[in-house]
Amino acid sequence: MTLMRKITYREAVREALKEALERDERVFLMGEDVGRYGGAYACSKGLLQEFGEQRIRDTPLSESGFVGAGIGAALGGMRPIVEIMTVNFSLLALDQIVNNAATLRHMSGGQFSVPIVIRMATGAGRQLAAQHSHSLECWFAHVPGLKVVAPATVADARGMLWTAILDPDPVIIFEHAMLYNDEGEVAAEGDLAVDIGSAAVRRAGRDASLITYGGGLKKALSAAERLAGDGIDCEVIDLRTLRPLDDKTIMASVVKTHRAVIVDEGWRSGSLAAEISARIMEQALYDLDAPVARVCSAEVPIPYPRHLETAATPQPEAIVSAVKGVMRK
Amino acid sequence: MTDAELAELVKSALFKVAPDLEGEEIAAEQRFRDQFEVDSMDLFNFVIELHRATGIDIPERDYPRLETLAGCVAYLKAKGFGK
Amino acid sequence: MIEFRMPSLGADMEAGKLVEWLKKPGDLLSRGDVIAVVETQKGAIEIEVFNDGVLDEILTKTGENVPVGHVIATIRGKDEAPGLAPGAAVAPVAATPAKVPPKEALPPPRPEAPAVQVQITPAARRRALELGIDLATVKPGPRGIVGIDQVEAAQPLAKERPGIVFDEMRKAIAAAMTRSHREIPHYYVTSTLDVSPLMSWLEEENVRRPVPARLIYAVPLIRAAALALKSASELNGHYEGGAFEPAGHINMGIAVAMRGGGLIAPAILEVETLGMDHLMERLRDLVARVRGGRLRSSELSQGTVTFSNLGDETADAILPLIYPPQVAIIGCGQIAERPWVDDGKVIVRRTLTVSVAGDHRVSDGRRAAQFLTHFQQLLHNPEKL
Repeated sequence: MTLMRKITYREAVREALKEALERDERVFLMGEDVGRYGGAYACSKGLLQEFGEQRIRDTPLSESGFVGAGIGAALGGMRPIVEIMTVNFSLLALDQIVNNAATLRHMSGGQFSVPIVIRMATGAGRQLAAQHSHSLECWFAHVPGLKVVAPATVADARGMLWTAILDPDPVIIFEHAMLYNDEGEVAAEGDLAVDIGSAAVRRAGRDASLITYGGGLKKALSAAERLAGDGIDCEVIDLRTLRPLDDKTIMASVVKTHRAVIVDEGWRSGSLAAEISARIMEQALYDLDAPVARVCSAEVPIPYPRHLETAATPQPEAIVSAVKGVMRK
Repeated sequence: MTDAELAELVKSALFKVAPDLEGEEIAAEQRFRDQFEVDSMDLFNFVIELHRATGIDIPERDYPRLETLAGCVAYLKAKGFGK
Repeated sequence: MIEFRMPSLGADMEAGKLVEWLKKPGDLLSRGDVIAVVETQKGAIEIEVFNDGVLDEILTKTGENVPVGHVIATIRGKDEAPGLAPGAAVAPVAATPAKVPPKEALPPPRPEAPAVQVQITPAARRRALELGIDLATVKPGPRGIVGIDQVEAAQPLAKERPGIVFDEMRKAIAAAMTRSHREIPHYYVTSTLDVSPLMSWLEEENVRRPVPARLIYAVPLIRAAALALKSASELNGHYEGGAFEPAGHINMGIAVAMRGGGLIAPAILEVETLGMDHLMERLRDLVARVRGGRLRSSELSQGTVTFSNLGDETADAILPLIYPPQVAIIGCGQIAERPWVDDGKVIVRRTLTVSVAGDHRVSDGRRAAQFLTHFQQLLHNPEKL
């Protein structure tokens, strides 16, 4: 019987950073406000004091510049963890990420690899308005050469970082900003690293498959609870990794339940949900008893007022409604 | 095992051999072949299934004791199964 | 290019419904491969090809009902050029409705076209195929959609097995037996045998064997019948078109009763080559597949003689009807203890009455009696079987 302890998502991220810095001297953290300020989301609080300026580096306000520097450090043999404050600012470093980090292995014929880990906060829910509420995971999941993960649980936030560091190629970790305060359980001792690449069934069920990632997981679980009261038994799948997608787990679930609802905070058009829906059509068409449903953000820039922000993003009520739709109940 | 548990084991052996009988009520003292349309091949397969499920070697001369549900339960008890 | 035609799978089959293709154009075929599933009155039958080659073109769509003899596919040699390009639209070469005799096997006529197009989900279609339910008879659910729930609700209440409709089965049996009675001049020869030596031998054998390897008494009976038939060629073969053709092998149909009524006699092919252990395995497999509703076309059409064992607690003797186009049938009654005369004294023996029915156009009583004598002799030395 493993002893468990309860920590917050934020604490899990900090522990993971600390562990990485302790285990491998090539690891260092760089980003805006990670040092003196302790991190925009307080994930690196105290680390500058513990590990010093060489290992915890505050960068200028220039994503393209410091992500490029991180790529250079990785090429030079280091294992940098680059923190981009949120996915909204990563747009300024897209050229570095897509044209350098993702493609140098290919363009060098395998002579170079870029073992960089990029962490970003993502998502809406704190009234940060149109320019600061994006969920652009699907843009990165689109690019060959990148691995993209979205830890939705405290255990995954604790365990995915080390595995990402060991990977010789770029890994992007998306932390949904609404999860930092959530509490969850991790083992009290032992190796806490978890795999990257497989999806997890968080709740087994028979009637419909709820497929989601990141901040969508707790909303899906909440919807599943409500639906259980109506006699509908949902299976909830946490994708965990967005590139590569774990088709096997997804299809096994859909073949069992015959109905799929995908919950994705990105906008519906060209979303990750659309990709998963296409794969389900390709691999499990003859098992479907209803078209695949998608619960995504409304096709508007994310609004500032709380009630409109809530209305524009996926919520448990909409998920419940979508499941009842595919059940035709 | 209780008598009820032994009876369940016997029933599931029978249903494995004749899945279309699943869900039917089985009278304990009436012979299987009188209650349902099971023939000697079915009963032969049933004995094999009982043997497989319990590990008991069942000699041919004992087959007549396995013609009813009650008979099967008594037989398994007599052989010390599920003690 | 070989034309593959809808085979005749029973004496009275006139048409069959193509339910599923198991191979697609371009697939390599070997003799004996199962190429499609056809639904007949006798249930879902897997049909086999008799040539090596490559499946060139499928000419009959799934769901189509076509007459026996209709070309349903073409097969080319491995080195031949393909016919029509794959995917080219194939106009069904279906007989006009006037040619296909109306059969109960066809689905009931569709009700008047509903105003709204019925929508059927992929999972529902597959479930309907699995359960043998005609989608035209399924009531749509909410929003006019036929889903898995609607298909499952349309299952008949009686426990009918997929692919086998019992009313159709009885009609097929009725047709075959009527034809038999009408066309074949039957004669009967019966004999009551002392099977005590056989049963004693069997009991000793079974004591030696673990439970799953034991033999039922039908097995040595079938074995002895097969061996005796080797020298009784007038009892093994087909009579068709006014002529008898003795068969090179003995494909023995085994009459198997189905729960819920119905009798079917699929054949164990080349039964004379099988020892008793193999025979027992084949028998169990056959009975399992009969109960599961999945048999092969060769088993239903290539029988050359039939064996019908009534079994325990039935009747002393059976006078069976021959399955056309076969020319004989062997029937065994139950084993019963009877008084027997041995060396002037009356003793009790286990006895069995066996009957042979023969087609008088092909054989006579003497031939059948010789067979019975030989059969009896074989059963007196069961260890040599």
